[in-house]
Amino acid sequence: MTLQLAKPAPPDDDKRWKMVEVTMRRSGYASHALIETLHRVQGLFGYLDEPAMNFVAESLGLPLSKVYGVATFYHLFSLKPQGKHTCVICTGTACYIKGARELVDGLRQKYGIELGQTTPDLELSAVGARCIGACGLAPAAVVDGEVLGNLTVDQLLARIEKVIHDAT
Amino acid sequence: MQLEELSELAAEIQESQQHCDHCVRVCMAAGCQSSGAKVVFDALSEKTAESEHVCVKGVGCMGLCAAGPLVEVTSRGQAPVMYQQVTEADAQEVVDSLGGAPVERLRCPSDMPFFTSQHKIVLENSGVIDPEQIKEYIAADGYRALVHAVTEMTPAEVLREVDVSGLRGRGGGGYPAGLKWSTVSKMPGGDKFVVCNGDEGDPGAFMDRAVLESDPHRVIEGMVLAGYAVGAAHGFIYVRAEYPLAVERLTKAIRDATKQGFLGQNICETRFSFDIEIRLGAGAFVCGEETALMASIEGRRGQPRPRPPYPAQSGLWGYSTLINNVETFANIPPIIRRGGAWFASIGTEKSKGTKVFALAGRIRNTGLIEVPMGITLRDIVFTIGGGVPEGSQFKAVQTGGPSGGCLPEEFLDLPVDYDTLRQAGSIMGSGGMIVMDQTSSMVDVARYFMEFCMDESCGKCVPCRAGTHQMHALLDKIAQGHGSVKDLALLEELCEVVRAMSLCGLGQTAPNPVLSTLQHFRMEYVAKLQEHALPDGGPPASERSATPPAESQETTS
Ligand SMILES: Cc1cc2nc3c(=O)[nH]c(=O)nc-3n(C[C@H](O)[C@H](O)[C@H](O)COP(=O)(O)O)c2cc1C
Ligand code: FES
Repeated sequence: MTLQLAKPAPPDDDKRWKMVEVTMRRSGYASHALIETLHRVQGLFGYLDEPAMNFVAESLGLPLSKVYGVATFYHLFSLKPQGKHTCVICTGTACYIKGARELVDGLRQKYGIELGQTTPDLELSAVGARCIGACGLAPAAVVDGEVLGNLTVDQLLARIEKVIHDAT
Repeated sequence: MQLEELSELAAEIQESQQHCDHCVRVCMAAGCQSSGAKVVFDALSEKTAESEHVCVKGVGCMGLCAAGPLVEVTSRGQAPVMYQQVTEADAQEVVDSLGGAPVERLRCPSDMPFFTSQHKIVLENSGVIDPEQIKEYIAADGYRALVHAVTEMTPAEVLREVDVSGLRGRGGGGYPAGLKWSTVSKMPGGDKFVVCNGDEGDPGAFMDRAVLESDPHRVIEGMVLAGYAVGAAHGFIYVRAEYPLAVERLTKAIRDATKQGFLGQNICETRFSFDIEIRLGAGAFVCGEETALMASIEGRRGQPRPRPPYPAQSGLWGYSTLINNVETFANIPPIIRRGGAWFASIGTEKSKGTKVFALAGRIRNTGLIEVPMGITLRDIVFTIGGGVPEGSQFKAVQTGGPSGGCLPEEFLDLPVDYDTLRQAGSIMGSGGMIVMDQTSSMVDVARYFMEFCMDESCGKCVPCRAGTHQMHALLDKIAQGHGSVKDLALLEELCEVVRAMSLCGLGQTAPNPVLSTLQHFRMEYVAKLQEHALPDGGPPASERSATPPAESQETTS
C-alpha cells in the first residue's frame, strides 16, 4: 500500500511558487534538495519568510526546524526583505589591507547601515563578502552587480547615489 | 570515441581556427571586469564585426590583474602582443594596428619576469581559450587524457600515474593524491562518489575561481579520470554561490561534455559511466572542510564531524568518497597525458609540480601566477611580483589565509614547499599570498583573521566557538593598547588550548595567524602593551619612564 500525501499548497497564488516547485520536483522532492530550493526561493522573492520556509518544509517532508536551521546557518540566506539596491563590500584580506574598512565607515556615515543591514526605506542593503576575486584591484565592491575596483569612499558613495537616483 | 577520432576532431578544429588572421583575446575575469573589460570587449567586437579575418574572444584570467583590462593580439606568424589598461577609446587604434605595427603606447612587455618566470600547467589554457567553447579545449589537447585512459588504460594504471606524479592536494592539507585515490579504490564495491571542493574559503584568494571560470573542462576531465580510477559513477562539484559565473560556465561545460560523450552513460562507448552534479554553497567558510562540505551536499547544516571515519571510508550518505580540491583535479589531465614521471620532474623532492598563487596586497604586480614548487618567496614577491610599490617597505608575506601565517623578510629565501613553509610557522595553504608593508600592524592582522574565524566558527564544539571569541577579545584589547602582559600570556595559552582541542581544522588552525605573528613580530605586541597600560593597573604610558616594566622583558626574552 502506498501512502498518498496531499501536495502542500503554496502560501499564495504567486506564479513564482511554480518555479520553486519545478526545482523541488527535479530532485524528486528529496530532502537533500533543501539548499537548492532555498536558493531558488531567495532568488525569486529576495528573502525567506516563515510561510515560504513552511511550504518548503512540507513539500520536502522535513520539519520546519530543519529548514529554519539550514536557513540561519548559511550567511547568504536572509530572513528579512532586502533593499532595492545592494552594495557588496569585499572584506577579504587583500581589500582589508588596502582599506576596505574606510568604505564600510563611509557607508555607515552616509546611510547609517552596517554590513548585513538594510536602510529603513528598503532602498539599499549593505552586504559583506570575503573576496570577490578582484584582489588585484583592492579595495573592491559590487554595486548592483557591477564590480568596482581601486575604490575610494567618494567613488563608492557616488556610484550608490547614481544607481539609486537612476532608478527613481 | 577512440584516440584517433579525437585527434582528427582536434585537427579539424585547429584548422577551422586558421581562418582568422588576427585573434584578439580580451580578459574577462573578475579583475579585468572591475576595470572595465566588458566595454572594451564590446567595442572591439563591434569594430571588427564586419571583418572575417579577425576574431575577438572573451577569455579567462591572463594573470596580471594590476594592469587590466588586458588584451592580447595574436597575428598569424607573429609573436603575441599584449596590451594593458586598454580603454574603450583605445579600441579603434588596436583594430587599426592589426596587420601593422603594434600600438606601442599600450604595450605590456611580455618579456617581464612576471611572465617569463612562471611555469603554467594548471593555467595553460587560462587566458588563451574561450572557456565556453568545448571545441577550443579539445583543440588544446583537451579530453585526450580521458579518451586515452578509458579506452587504453586500466584503472590501476591511471592510479599508478597519479601516484608516481607525487601530486599532493592543493586545498591546503597537502595530502598525497595517489594515496587518497588508492584508499578509495580499495574500498569494496557499491556506490562511490567523487567530490570536487570548489568552496575556496580563503578570504583573499581566487585561484579555484579562476580555474573554474577560465578552463572548466579541465576540472571535469580530472574528475572523470578520478571516477574511472577509483570506480565511482557519480561526481559532485561544490561551488560557492558567490561565484555565479563559475557556476554558469560549469553548467554549460557539463552539458557540452555530455553531448560529446565525455560524460554520462558509456563514456567513449565503453562500459564506464560517470555523471557530475553541481551543488551550491551558501556562504559558510566551514563548508570548505570536507566533512562539513558533505553535510552541505546532503542538504544539511554544514557542520563538521570527527574523523575517522575519513570520507574515503564513509563519506556522502555513508559511501566511500574521494574529495579533492579544484586545482588538484586540474592537474590530473596533464599528468595522464604526459605521464606521472614528467610531473614529478618539476618541483622539489617532496612537493611536485607547480602551485597557483593569487598575489595581492602591497605589491606591484597583483594577479594570478603559477610557479614551480621550490621557487623562493623572494622570487615570487620581488621578481615576479615586482616588489612593493614606491614608498613602501616590505614587512611580511601572508600565506594560507586564516589558517596560515605571516613570514618576515628573513624567511624570503625559503623555497616554497609544503614542509618548509610549515616549519617556518606558516603553511602553503590553498594559494592566497598577501604582501604587507609598514602600514599594516601585525596585531591588527591577527585580529582580522581571528574575527574571521570567530564569525565563521560553526558553533558545534566549545573550544572553537568560545575560544575564538575570547582570543578575539584579547587581541582587540591589545590592539587598542589596553592589554597587559597577563593578557598576552592568556592569549598564548588559549592558542594552545584551541589548537589542541577543536573538532575540525577551522578551530585547530585558527590560532596560526596569532602564533606566527607572535613568533616573528612579537615586538609589535609588546609595544602595544607598553603603549597605554602596565600590568595590574600601573601608571599610564605617558607617566612612565623609558624602561619597560620587568615583567614584559621576561616575556620577550
Ligand atoms: C576550515 C577549513 C576550510 C577549508 N576550506 C577548503 C577550501 O575552501 N577548499 C579546499 O579545497 N579545501 C578546503 N579545506 C580542506 C578540505 O577539508 C580537504 O582537505 C580538501 O578539500 C582535500 O582536497 P585536496 O587533498 O585535493 O587538497 C578546508 C579545511 C578546513 C579545515
Ligand atoms: S580580498 Fe577583496 S577581492 Fe579578494
